Amino acid sequence: MPGKLKVKIVAGRHLPVMDRASDLTDAFVEVKFGNTTFKTDVYLKSLNPQWNSEWFKFEVDDEDLQDEPLQITVLDHDTYSANDAIGKVYIDIDPLLYSEAATVISGWFPIYDTIHGIRGEINVVVKVDLFNDLNRFRQSSCGVKFFCTTSIPKCYRAVIIHGFVEELVVNEDPEYQWIDRIRTPRASNEARQRLISLMSGELQRKIGLKVLEMRGNAVVGYLQCFDLEGESGLVVRAIGTACTLDKLSSPAAFLPACNSPSKEMKEIPFNEDPNPNTHSSGPSTPLKNQTYSFSPSKSYSRQSSSSDTDLSLTPKTGMGSGSAGKEGGPFKALLRQQTQSALEQRGGSPHRFCRRREFPFFTLTAFPPGFLVHVGGVVSARSVKLLDRIHNPDEPETRDAWWAEIRQEIKSHAKALGCHAVVGYSESTSICEEVCILSASGTAAVLNPRFLQDGTVEGCLEQRLEENLPAGCGFCHIPYDELNMPFPAHLTYCYNCRKQKVPDVLFTTIDLPIDATVIGKGCLIQARLCRLKKKAQAEANATAISNLLPFMEYEVHTQLMNKLKLKGMNALFGLRIQITVGENMLMGLASATGVYLAALPTPGGIQIAGKTPNDGSYEQHISHMQKKINDTIAKNKELYEINPPEVSEEIIGSPIPEPRQRSRLLRSQSESSDEVTELDLSHGKKDAFVLEIDDTDAMEDVHSLLTDVPPPSGFYSCNTEIMPGINNWTSEIQMFTSVRVIRLSSLNLTNQALNKNFNDLCENLLKSLYFKLRSMIPCCLCHVNFTVSLPEDELIQVTVTAVAITFDKNQALQTTKTHVEKSLQRASTDNEELLQFPLELCSDSLPSHPFPPAKEHLESASSNSGIPAAQRAVTVEKASPMGEGNFRNRSAPPCANSTVGVVKMTPLSFIPGAKITKYLGIINMFFIRETTSLREEGGVSGFLHAFIAEVFAMVRAHVAALGGNAVVSYIMKQCVFMENPNKNQAQCLINVSGDAVVFVRESELEVVSTQQPTANCQPSCTGGEVTT
Amino acid sequence: MTSELDIFVGNTTLIDEDVYRLWLDGYSVSDAVALRVRSGILEQTGATAAVLQSDTMDHYRTFHMLERLLHAPPKLLHQLIFQIPPSRQALLIERYYAFDEAFVREVLGKKLSKGTKKDLDDISTKTGITLKSCRRQFDNFKRVFKVVEEMRGSLVDNIQQHFLLSDRLARDYAAIVFFANNRFETGKKKLQYLSFGDFAFCAELMIQNWTLGAVDSQVDDMDVDLDKEFLQDLKELKMLVADKDLLDLHKSLVCTALRGKLGVFSEMEANFKNLSRGLVNVAAKLTHNKDVRDLFVDLVEKFVEPCRSDHWPLNDVRLFLNQYSASVHSLDGFRHQALWDRYMGTLRGCLLRLYHD
Repeated sequence: MPGKLKVKIVAGRHLPVMDRASDLTDAFVEVKFGNTTFKTDVYLKSLNPQWNSEWFKFEVDDEDLQDEPLQITVLDHDTYSANDAIGKVYIDIDPLLYSEAATVISGWFPIYDTIHGIRGEINVVVKVDLFNDLNRFRQSSCGVKFFCTTSIPKCYRAVIIHGFVEELVVNEDPEYQWIDRIRTPRASNEARQRLISLMSGELQRKIGLKVLEMRGNAVVGYLQCFDLEGESGLVVRAIGTACTLDKLSSPAAFLPACNSPSKEMKEIPFNEDPNPNTHSSGPSTPLKNQTYSFSPSKSYSRQSSSSDTDLSLTPKTGMGSGSAGKEGGPFKALLRQQTQSALEQRGGSPHRFCRRREFPFFTLTAFPPGFLVHVGGVVSARSVKLLDRIHNPDEPETRDAWWAEIRQEIKSHAKALGCHAVVGYSESTSICEEVCILSASGTAAVLNPRFLQDGTVEGCLEQRLEENLPAGCGFCHIPYDELNMPFPAHLTYCYNCRKQKVPDVLFTTIDLPIDATVIGKGCLIQARLCRLKKKAQAEANATAISNLLPFMEYEVHTQLMNKLKLKGMNALFGLRIQITVGENMLMGLASATGVYLAALPTPGGIQIAGKTPNDGSYEQHISHMQKKINDTIAKNKELYEINPPEVSEEIIGSPIPEPRQRSRLLRSQSESSDEVTELDLSHGKKDAFVLEIDDTDAMEDVHSLLTDVPPPSGFYSCNTEIMPGINNWTSEIQMFTSVRVIRLSSLNLTNQALNKNFNDLCENLLKSLYFKLRSMIPCCLCHVNFTVSLPEDELIQVTVTAVAITFDKNQALQTTKTHVEKSLQRASTDNEELLQFPLELCSDSLPSHPFPPAKEHLESASSNSGIPAAQRAVTVEKASPMGEGNFRNRSAPPCANSTVGVVKMTPLSFIPGAKITKYLGIINMFFIRETTSLREEGGVSGFLHAFIAEVFAMVRAHVAALGGNAVVSYIMKQCVFMENPNKNQAQCLINVSGDAVVFVRESELEVVSTQQPTANCQPSCTGGEVTT
Repeated sequence: MTSELDIFVGNTTLIDEDVYRLWLDGYSVSDAVALRVRSGILEQTGATAAVLQSDTMDHYRTFHMLERLLHAPPKLLHQLIFQIPPSRQALLIERYYAFDEAFVREVLGKKLSKGTKKDLDDISTKTGITLKSCRRQFDNFKRVFKVVEEMRGSLVDNIQQHFLLSDRLARDYAAIVFFANNRFETGKKKLQYLSFGDFAFCAELMIQNWTLGAVDSQVDDMDVDLDKEFLQDLKELKMLVADKDLLDLHKSLVCTALRGKLGVFSEMEANFKNLSRGLVNVAAKLTHNKDVRDLFVDLVEKFVEPCRSDHWPLNDVRLFLNQYSASVHSLDGFRHQALWDRYMGTLRGCLLRLYHD
């Protein structure tokens, strides 16, 4: 379907003076799309020109519409010499290509120049007319919606979650082409900006095609990254989760996919491998349901991964629940030919969806209730590669193969944990010269296939299993077989339901599930580490790095574990480990949010022991340290309000006698794909909590443990979407980016000194944030995202983006007990909303009304109006898209204009105290800024400060032009800063993305809702009332 | 380990009022940090000096970037780079254009030229206000002056429209512009007892009654320049003191009316002719620019000081001036009643304001 793009240039304002003589400007505008250019008239002698142009019309293919940005250049007319460029505006017209998003882009855009920054503004109107023509062999994917949000967007519900989509495109970097040595920096920067914009468009279109092939209509958790590989080129890659989403405003009955065998879904003929775009060549994936077969002896080992004999085994459906023998019932419901055949072939594995997906990965970090059945733990893989020139940009096979390798590893790790899927999946790179570390990580998990493509029917089978699990702790239960554990682990019976086994510590990369029962509050936990490395070239360098990686991982992990213990907590969420490579060092930074999960056992303390127990003063020193540690733990427990109910050991039952191990972390490094190093993180036979301070190194570790100061009172911080234990957010939010660069004194750097420097850098940065935001107390820093880079030999750069949200202290009080009780209740309510399965499948533990009784409404109403914040603890952020049901028929009131033009930005997927009524499209912007007058612009700080402020301004302007008033899931994916103070020069590249949305304050919504008949109140609405 | 770069950028621009004040007061970053430390902020927040340093630097950088916009406040409202809530924008503008009493007394009525700017060093030394702050205040006066100098319409309205100041501050600026334009002398020793508020009060009365705008609201410079025709006409008032009969009659009318009502009646009676001569001569001299500049000096010399030396209470001054103005209407031989009212109405207000210790 080709389309007609229409552009009108209205006016300009605040233009810079281009003619010194008159102090005025003779401005005109060039509008370019693809190879077509239009020009406006020259508006003489004005800094506020009114062009009011005609409509410039471009007739273009939709393929071009997706790939190309609209390019608007403002110039100063010069009769005698060449016209001077004032600046440019790039407009991504993608949001206009799908019907539900924006219909027009209209507003003031900052005119941006890569050398001078923002120079005035221009008012532009853009429209697109699409002609519908259903070409089967189309190359475009107009209509596929993209979301950066890593959960199901608020005003949609997921009909089906299809799974992983990925793509990458490569090109030569204009910066490194010979012509750039002779053209101006401006031309070079603009060429780069344009190329990346084009590549992003192309990438998005290609991903869209894959989604269409999967019969999906959206990509959620879309993460696009650039690898600036220098001379070897430019890689733009993206991953995401393909979904079929339904807008909640449509009156369609709210039913999970499995219960609504709707025609359109069924008539899709599914071949065995309907996804020709995946780069796998083999017959689908080797993983298949083998990931799910828990038959103890055979299917576990990695080598068996493609053996089909395993697959025919009936999986142990118990999933550790001991409820084997319940399968069979739902089989009668089989509706689809291939479903049947598949079942025959595979003995009823409910997880056949894996067959279709090469990689059962999900970039989502928060899920519809009931989606996540069990969590195995963090899986990660890293690989060190040597970059070489990309010879043929059309066939980016090498890069594809690299990633395929890593993903394969991740998949096998997940399998080793008894999991068939990986959630909270992400990929990243770190590049230094020609060495590149590719990293991938995620959380191994067992999912409920109700939402997955093929799982429509078997979902019920799975569901039945799940129903045996009490809500709020089910996801903690081990997915692997306790008799045949992938690693030695310390298991106990779940402290919540007492029925199933749980590990003593759980690490994950996802957000805290909304139905999880948490005691007390959470906190940000970071592990920081530096390792010196000899400077080396190519192969030698790669080898050196590969050798260091396992040690770094080990230490990062140990640090995390110790810090978690010190906080008196037992689980980590949102874990993100970043390893950065520099010329002469490696940096590791892990961030996560620690919480105390009620289902997991109370963590033990930390014991320290010396190796030379004879020395008296040494003993004394040790006992002193021990006391300090114990005090800290006690203090932290108080600080974070961790006071779990006392449980006597008898009830729990004796722990399973197993070698102790604390880690759910499986990972590997490899330089070449075959060589996989497995780390045993069990710390040998020792108790992991015993720290031996037998040398200065260890001493250092203990000290560093104790140097982390807690945030000042009134402050909390986490790197997840929401803070466990706080749920009465008020509407004040402040998103910010902070950047620090420190120069290390180059003399005699040791690992210890480095560690200290790095640690101080991070701690001071946090302290500064707390100080700056003190006026918002009580508040919580959410989604704290640290990025480390090593721009030069002795420079360390740390970039932090986060949002501070205020909360109401008076309502923050909570009694743990009611909290826990309530959360159980709540969770069951949540489940009910979803469990619209045949009633016979529902177990006794759950009152199974497909339509929740009235009391639920009452309850949610009370928690909405009332103070018992504790009761709302768990439903905090009704991430559940289903919760929004009752807003479906409401017309969105015009966006709040009380404060004109305010655009909120937040890295979170929601806005406290407000309802997102519309998603307008993805924002994905790339900017380069360069200066040759660094000192005049206030030095490096002045330069970068201004640039980041400009980037924010441009993001806000684009959102406002789309008709939005906020950006959610905002992320600064890259901030590459280079300086050359001697030449008075600096350059910076920034890449940001997010979802443009329209939100309405809840107070305003209530007014609307009273005017609405309550007729459309569906059972699924209950959650909708409970907002904070 | 040294910090090469250290920045914080919020989606909503953070404005710390205390730091803004320090910046406006012209303190360097290190001085500002020292002052903040002294304020006890470290104890209150548990922050370190390094944190304070970095925070102060950040704010200073932000203010520096904002300063360009503050020079044309409507730009601050329309710009897209800094997202600042309207109330904060107003605060930024209001504080930026606020000035120190001590400073304004030094420059009030002076020509806002480069020459004066050179004297800022001395003013800074004299007043204890940092040179940087003096410069900002002086530049603000000059900027406002330049913009509204030749504009039509009400001076206060123009200032408010172009600089988005509060009513109060806009009125003050109107006074500053009016004084600068007419170059009224305010620096003489005799006038030192007068505050800026006193002058601003007089300026407002004069703008309302003595300028071109008072008679015609459609002329350029209407509120800035005095009505030349009016000043010419004031010569006619001279007969009030030149004509002896008229003067005697005037005196008797006033004395009759005030007998028994004034505590300082005898002093008044004795001084009536001097006072009246002083007030009328001031009016008659206003045709010369030089004498216009000395208006306040003359008023203080010819009226305020004699009354003060006789210890007139303020209320007696009021009674006297009211009667003195009103009695003229009963002088049959005097034809310039309207002129007299336009002159004396304003002057009476000014004198009452100027009459204090």
